[in-house]
Amino acid sequence: MPVFSFNDTLLLATVLFSVGLAGVLVRRNMIFMLMSLDIMLNAAALVFVGAGARWHDAAGQVMFLLILALAAVETAVGLAIILCLHARGRPTLDADTGNLLQG
Amino acid sequence: MGEILLPLLILSPLAASEILFISAGRISARAVGTVACAGVGLSAVISIVLSVLLLSGPATGLLQATLWPWMHIAGFSADIAFMLDRISMVMILVVTIVGLLIHIYAASYMRDDPGVARFFGCMTLFVASMLVLVLASDLLCLFIGWEGVGLCSYLLIGFWYDNPVNTAAARKAFYMTRMGDTAFLCGLLLLATAVGSLHIDTVLAAVTNGQIAPSALNMAALFILIGALAKSAQIPFQTWLPDAMAGPTPTSALIHAATMVTAGVYLIARLHDLFAQAAPVMALTAVLGALTILMGACTALVQSDLKRILAWSTISQLGYMFLALGCGVWQAALFHLMTHAFFKALLFLTAGAIIVRTHHEQDIFRLGGLRHTMPGLTAAFVTGASALAGLPLVTAGFYSKEMILSGVWPAHFRLTHELTLNGHFLWGMALLGAFLTALYIFRCVFIVFFGKSGTTTRGQTSRLMTIPLGCLCVLSLCGGIIEMPTTFPPLHLFSALLDPAASHSHADEPGWLVLAGAVVPLAGLAVAWVLWGRPSPVMREMPGQAVVIRFARTGEGIDMLYDRLFVQPFRFLTWLTRHDILDYIITGTGRLTRTASTSVLRARTDFLGTLTLWGTSGIRETDRLLGQIQNGRVRWYAAWIAGGLSAGLAMAMLS
Repeated sequence: MPVFSFNDTLLLATVLFSVGLAGVLVRRNMIFMLMSLDIMLNAAALVFVGAGARWHDAAGQVMFLLILALAAVETAVGLAIILCLHARGRPTLDADTGNLLQG
Repeated sequence: MGEILLPLLILSPLAASEILFISAGRISARAVGTVACAGVGLSAVISIVLSVLLLSGPATGLLQATLWPWMHIAGFSADIAFMLDRISMVMILVVTIVGLLIHIYAASYMRDDPGVARFFGCMTLFVASMLVLVLASDLLCLFIGWEGVGLCSYLLIGFWYDNPVNTAAARKAFYMTRMGDTAFLCGLLLLATAVGSLHIDTVLAAVTNGQIAPSALNMAALFILIGALAKSAQIPFQTWLPDAMAGPTPTSALIHAATMVTAGVYLIARLHDLFAQAAPVMALTAVLGALTILMGACTALVQSDLKRILAWSTISQLGYMFLALGCGVWQAALFHLMTHAFFKALLFLTAGAIIVRTHHEQDIFRLGGLRHTMPGLTAAFVTGASALAGLPLVTAGFYSKEMILSGVWPAHFRLTHELTLNGHFLWGMALLGAFLTALYIFRCVFIVFFGKSGTTTRGQTSRLMTIPLGCLCVLSLCGGIIEMPTTFPPLHLFSALLDPAASHSHADEPGWLVLAGAVVPLAGLAVAWVLWGRPSPVMREMPGQAVVIRFARTGEGIDMLYDRLFVQPFRFLTWLTRHDILDYIITGTGRLTRTASTSVLRARTDFLGTLTLWGTSGIRETDRLLGQIQNGRVRWYAAWIAGGLSAGLAMAMLS
């Protein structure tokens, strides 16, 4: 099995994080924004895993499980918000229309 | 009785004056004249009664009345006190009787003037002031009358105040006499500090006892002399009197004859004991008097205004009185004062009547031939002129002038050990003055009354005006025979009246002196006849505009001299104080400070304002930017978070 160096892992995580961040900032569809957020969380989890492999510690993999749960919760909450908005009579997925709190 | 009558004598014209002033404009001109004449007439009657009382008493007796004490402080006391002795008796008779005649005349003369009440108010006040002056037995009390006379002369000279020339003349008279008043007051203060009282008897007693140091005495006499010179319009104060002709003619008569100008003569005669101790001042008085005689006569000789001729002749005649006072023959001065009051009042009143009837024409060269149209006035004027010239034997002026001349001849002044002044020289000047007097007054007579007629005349002289003229004619002719020259029958009523103890017999006096005094006026008359009087006169018109004539006509240029000497420097000084260099510096500094503070204030205001403006606009801009950040868009927030995080991380790592 090929072994990745920790640097390669960090590079991949950074790329993933950047892609996720770009997705959050660029896309206006809230579904895609949630997906991009999951990508960012996965990038962070990848760093934990890589770090656990690097220092031969199981705590990294434990953190990955926590982040996985967090991502699931986050997706659930996000989807619930989108459904609530639909229920309140805002049948749109555009994030920019929800700017009523603007200063 | 004297205690009651003495104040009443003054109170009578004073009351008339008060009535007239208060009732001004409410009573008719006729009533005004009546009140004024009644006031002065009453005091004339009282003065005659008082004279009888005084003369029936002992020779050195006097009537006294102390009204109330004025002030009593340590070292000085003064009373409002009046005293009637022989000197003041002569004066009150002259003042009240001549004053009464002038008032009667003026009642007719001023009948149509709108300010007649004011006029008579001033006239009666004038008489009252003069009576205070004459009767006061305290020099401070005398000073009240002295100032009152000055005030009334000012009011009357400027009576027709519409014309600025008249008010200027009034101011001039007031200022000139004021200078003398100041000097007089200085003299009084000197005497008061030396003696402790200004009561005339006390002062004279202190002088004769030798209580006063000679230097202080001389200074006091000099100051009093200056006051008298200013009041009597002598050199160097003579310039105000000709201008005083601006007043109504009765005023001129009153000033020249009875009241104002005689005050100085009276004052010195009253204080003759004091002056007798101050020999240099006496010499000065005599010399100034003699100079004034000649100067006044020379100036009168070239005048063309009828009233101005008379004014200069008054100055000249007062010079005689001062000459007599300087030579110590004050009796002669008072005698001449009396006769002069008669004939000068006559001349002025006649001149006034002539001027009224010739449409206010005063230039003698435009008058002429008046003896055909107004023979009565001609007779009156010729009478007055003869008395003024002193034509021998028949006129009053001859006797008084003779008395002065015979008193001047033996006078002798020892100024220092080497320098002495002989009376013969002064006598010669006075004699020359007598010649000139006859010359100028008969020049006036011949030009005005003889020759071809110049102007049209109108109306008649009213009876009310002729009565005083008649009385004065009689007085001018006969007023002098009470005192004869020494070579004549021994009739010396006047000097016996004034000074019963002394015997004035100039036994050593040569007889030709009287003869000279008698011939000289006749010579003047003859020359005047040759020059102006003959059917084909030598000089009919005013002699050409020669420099000498023009110089003399303006009063020897004294006015101009004073203007250059006093008025212009004073103006320059006032100009200098107005344009003071220090003032400029201070004003400049003030202006500079103000400008500086203004600019500082403006700079400060501007700076703070600009700063505040910038601050507010900057805050507003920041506010707007911050507000734009908080746009409620989730993606932007996320971007900011990411950006901020990146920046934070970058800073943490790069530092």
